[in-house]
Amino acid sequence: MTKKIGVLAVQGAFYEHIRTLEKCGVQCIEIRKKSDLTALPLDGLVLPGGESTVMGKLMGELELLEPIRALIEEGLPVLGTCAGLILLAKEIAADPVVHLGTMAIVARRNAYGRQLGSFQTIAEFTGGRKIPMVFIRAPFIDAVSADVEILAQVDGHIVAARQNNMVVTAFHPELTDDLTVHYYFLTLVDKALQKKKNLHRLTAIQVSDCR
Amino acid sequence: MNNRYELNKNLAQMLKGGVIMDVTTAEQARIAQEAGACAVMALERIPADIRSAGGVSRMSDPKMIKTIQAAVSIPVMAKVRIGHFAEAQILEAIEIDYIDESEVLSPADDTYHIDKRHFSVPFVCGAKDLGEALRRISEGASMIRTKGEPGTGDVVQAVRHMRLINQQIRTIQNTRTDELYQIAKDLQIPYDLVKSVFETGKLPVVNFAAGGIATPADAALMMQLGAEGVFVGSGIFKSGNPAKRAHSIVKAVTNFNDAKLLAELSEDLGEAMVGINEQEIELLMAQRGI
Repeated sequence: MTKKIGVLAVQGAFYEHIRTLEKCGVQCIEIRKKSDLTALPLDGLVLPGGESTVMGKLMGELELLEPIRALIEEGLPVLGTCAGLILLAKEIAADPVVHLGTMAIVARRNAYGRQLGSFQTIAEFTGGRKIPMVFIRAPFIDAVSADVEILAQVDGHIVAARQNNMVVTAFHPELTDDLTVHYYFLTLVDKALQKKKNLHRLTAIQVSDCR
Repeated sequence: MNNRYELNKNLAQMLKGGVIMDVTTAEQARIAQEAGACAVMALERIPADIRSAGGVSRMSDPKMIKTIQAAVSIPVMAKVRIGHFAEAQILEAIEIDYIDESEVLSPADDTYHIDKRHFSVPFVCGAKDLGEALRRISEGASMIRTKGEPGTGDVVQAVRHMRLINQQIRTIQNTRTDELYQIAKDLQIPYDLVKSVFETGKLPVVNFAAGGIATPADAALMMQLGAEGVFVGSGIFKSGNPAKRAHSIVKAVTNFNDAKLLAELSEDLGEAMVGINEQEIELLMAQRGI
């Protein structure tokens, strides 16, 4: 069955993620309001790049913040790029604001300065593969807790990481033709689906045992 | 073009679905950010005041722009006069995030626009039709906005420009490939850009609506006509309750298709900017720099 991935579409470069995910053969659902989260069962969620202040604010006002936090805590796989990374971070350096706050990382906003500091590079993403990375007024990760896996570093700064069902990148995989990060995220989605299936089977066995 | 140009187009992509607001002070910039602006345009006087004051209108004081840069974390844009590359050099030196080569200010050159390819910072330019849009892109603009008629609170020209640009794109898409050369000639633009529009059915850069947008309904109208985001100039800080209006316009841009929500957003906004109809104005800023 085709996997269904929700893409937060309140502001920013959500269309670029949809285009990329469709190349990977999944169905995308734009999330603009609360009912979009429940209209179809989602297998994963993408928080795209944009302005984190705007996205965080709109998520709050459109009553998306709490339901999305609950879905992530229940184990829904989520990919956050750039602003999406900031939305997921438990702490933002030099900023009291926390949005979803589900991932044990400290994010630093505009870590490379203004637009003149934006850059593109090629660096290793977990597994040894080198991929193009585009940083636009990007953050990086200042610190991570012990159970966070570091997926990529550029100039000594953490720019991609994973904690359980959450993957974040400071760069924009959706702005290049390289699908590595999206496929990495989709393997998490597959694992979560498999786990759910096993759980169902287990419950079914238990139920039949009781009979 | 180089990698820097791609990065500059990418920043515009991040602004999509957002509202860029004109602000004249650090305090207004904070209100705009708080209301959910995805960027602010720092300028000394908003277009409505430029219009009523008359005289020559120039780039803002860099010191004032710096106080706004210090006040907010979102991108800060500022305007230079058409053709005034020295003003643009100054804004690049203070690390502005986007330069608007704008018809709202008095043009410094009545023939040539800035050669924007020589800059590292990105440029946004206004356009009334596809020819203008692609000429600016050919000069190095990495974002386009409709010109509209700034400082009027009258959306009619922004509508006209957005419709025209999209009509012309559709025409090109329906043209035989061997006729594209003539279109390039007619529109006075390089063939490669015509070919790109033919193949993709859109401009090669992000396209926002600007000029005369004053209400959540105006913003929704422009989004439904194909804008990828909106600039709001005088409409906010010339109205009765700027914070609330700014807020509502931001939400209207996200949910531009949800009429029920738009109805709620349009309630109780206080007095809108008074505005002037296009027939009542003597100075058509949109005619500057074509």
